[in-house]
Amino acid sequence: MADHDVALIAHLMRRAGFGAQYQELEALAEQGYDATVAALLHPESQPSGLDLDLAERYFIEWSHFVRGVPEYWAWRMINSKRQLEEKMVLFWHGVLCTADSKTQSYPTSYAELEMFRKFGMGSFRELLLQISRDPAMVFYLDNCLSHKGAINENYGRELLELFSMGVGMDGQFNYTEDDVKECSRAFTGWTLANNVPGQPYGRYAAQFAYNPADHDDGVKTFLGETGNFNGDDIIDIIARQPATARFISRHLYSYFVADEAQVPAWMDTPPRDPDTIRMLEEEYFRSGYDIRAILRVLFHSDAFKNARFARVKGPVETVMGTMRLIGDWTEPKPGFEFIFDEMKYMGQELFNPPSVEGWHTGKEWIDGGTLVHRINFTADFVGDTNYPGVRSIVNRLSETGPVIEPAQMVDGCLRLLGHYELPEPTRAMLAEQAGKDGALRTDADEFPDRVSKTLQMIVATKEYLYA
Amino acid sequence: MTATKKDPVLVVLQMSGAYDALNTFIPYSDPHYEDYREHLKVAPEHVLAVNDQVGFHPAMGSIKEMYDQGKVAVIQGIGYPNPIRSHFRSMDIWHTAEPAKMGTEGWLGKTIPHLDPRQENVLTAVNFGRGLPRALAAPGVSVASVGNLETYGVLTGIDGPDQRAEALDIFARMYSPMVGSGPINDYLSQTGLDALKGADILRTAPEQYSSSIEYNGDYFSQWVKNVAQVHLAGFGSRILYTGYNPGAFDTHANQPAAFHRLWSDVSNAVSDFYSDLKEHGCGEEVVTLIFTEFGRRVKENGSGTDHGSGSVAFVIGDNINGGLYGEYPSLEPDQLDEGDLQWNNDFRSTYATILDRWIGVDSREILGGAYEHFDFIK
Repeated sequence: MADHDVALIAHLMRRAGFGAQYQELEALAEQGYDATVAALLHPESQPSGLDLDLAERYFIEWSHFVRGVPEYWAWRMINSKRQLEEKMVLFWHGVLCTADSKTQSYPTSYAELEMFRKFGMGSFRELLLQISRDPAMVFYLDNCLSHKGAINENYGRELLELFSMGVGMDGQFNYTEDDVKECSRAFTGWTLANNVPGQPYGRYAAQFAYNPADHDDGVKTFLGETGNFNGDDIIDIIARQPATARFISRHLYSYFVADEAQVPAWMDTPPRDPDTIRMLEEEYFRSGYDIRAILRVLFHSDAFKNARFARVKGPVETVMGTMRLIGDWTEPKPGFEFIFDEMKYMGQELFNPPSVEGWHTGKEWIDGGTLVHRINFTADFVGDTNYPGVRSIVNRLSETGPVIEPAQMVDGCLRLLGHYELPEPTRAMLAEQAGKDGALRTDADEFPDRVSKTLQMIVATKEYLYA
Repeated sequence: MTATKKDPVLVVLQMSGAYDALNTFIPYSDPHYEDYREHLKVAPEHVLAVNDQVGFHPAMGSIKEMYDQGKVAVIQGIGYPNPIRSHFRSMDIWHTAEPAKMGTEGWLGKTIPHLDPRQENVLTAVNFGRGLPRALAAPGVSVASVGNLETYGVLTGIDGPDQRAEALDIFARMYSPMVGSGPINDYLSQTGLDALKGADILRTAPEQYSSSIEYNGDYFSQWVKNVAQVHLAGFGSRILYTGYNPGAFDTHANQPAAFHRLWSDVSNAVSDFYSDLKEHGCGEEVVTLIFTEFGRRVKENGSGTDHGSGSVAFVIGDNINGGLYGEYPSLEPDQLDEGDLQWNNDFRSTYATILDRWIGVDSREILGGAYEHFDFIK
């Protein structure tokens, strides 16, 4: 299997999933890039490979009452064979944001994630309908408090600003303050049948309810169109806007291809790759707003294939990627909760995006504090040769022969970590360090520790911060 | 080590989510107030009045006490032209001091090189919290951002002092900006090197610290305690930044209970902070700015308030001429700006006053123009 084929698969799996161990990458490369993309795009075509029954019986707090706990989702990200499905759930969680700090109902958050699993790769119009009826969202952005004659603009505004069109593009505003008010009017009556926060009524997921008596059925003018619009009419209008095609294309590009400017800058900052964005926009309309179709175009584009290490890894990607790399948490055992805190300290707390805008990405993941935390976390795990994933890297390197050259070991580690690349001065420094204590005999007792030391230094590099 | 530097220090406390100005500093005797706030109004007898017109929210007792000692400047009607009611854009505007166009550099980020022109101190500015606010960001400027002061350090998991020293030496060399490429190589290099240096120094702050003050256990109060620890350690930090959890003040619904708890936490933490400084004889060295990104709608929505404009900010410290600044915006219906408080002083006037009269950096270089000063610095 040619190295560049495996390298491309490693890239695909870092982006369309949470990374993979080298054996899996080699097996996928054997099947070919196109077949791998096709399988990722059709999660329903394969089993998830998750033994959720077993996990739930072990982690009793994950029982059907509180399936939404962050660790439950983390478990799925680590272990699901349908990697893109979970990666898309994380994508939508960062775009169509709700926060548990307000909703305080894991069952309701769980229902939202299930909705993302079901609709996250389908029609964007349908997804907007679903999110507008999603109990966590209806509560999070207060649409349940928006009434005929007394609107609460929170949902109406964010639907336009952050969920579909964006404030503006190409230097022009996409909508007016009046559009926000009319949009909000159209969603009056879209409410809840029961309370969302778990206390004091019990641990049940909230349900959506439509209350026609509280719906403002009057004439509305929205984005230049006039009628007795209800929320679904508004979504129809939104879905056909060029601004919506642009907005969703930029989000997908930034998440899968290369870091874009942050969302608030999009009105005045053109896309970094206008040609690719245009291609995605065209596919949006051609396919009838189909996210899967856009992703298919994206993964087959040269822009994607050439964008290795053009994105900074997010904290969830870092933590899940590390767990998948070292092969831990493939089955239940105590102590799982801590990884949730690790993501939080690195700047990404699942179920609690910092605001309805979601997380700022790219270089904004990295500051003095989060950099230190990320490096320490990753280095601690790859430095432990008890983990099966680390051991298997050691074993593969041992197969090279009785003695391995220091530079060869560094290159081997880079390759087995997922075809990372280092600038020559860094590679030379690590090779020098690796060879400092004499010849690297692969059968020596200290060989595993010498490998893991090199792995620790690699994950501390600037280059490893990128995906 | 005791504090040897007496350079003026600015502490910024960012209250994200947009606190409701009308219920923070309350025009309790204005008859319109009750009309707009049928459910959310604070009864006049509960308001911590500073005169017969306005007063603090009842949860802000500790700040009111400092006000009575003449240490709190209340900047009423603060805002900026063409108010934007998006949290993110509005916070960006406060961070970058650029209301008209999209700015990427923070006003404090631009200030740091003036305070430390030769980049001798990686701790000139320190942020406590998750993620660095844009206010502190500028190209080539490093700011330590600390989530947990007790455990801050690079490659702490490598065993053995010699091995760790070697690893840190390699780390320093491979984070050289000369090594590597990629869109943000320089930024990553600088961040890595400064983190390395800053961590060694910061680690000593909690060890040196002793105080009789017990801060609350919440994140915000602990970060304010970290601010005190770092200031008292005498590292020469000039700008110390932290804030309440993002979005906390975004009270669209069920405002009264949440709002009370939030201001109670903030008010107590600020008061503990100044007691702590006073205990160490440093009360005069620090001025604190409390701000939020915008105000909220004058008319409540039943259980909360929606996004609005026209806000109130506070500048606190022993070196402050306490009192009221700016005018309280009128509540007359025809005087409102699309249903919001009409701002009457540009937030950059407050920034300019702090920069010129407290920090000692020419505000025109930071703000790109001259802004009228207030007299709140002694």
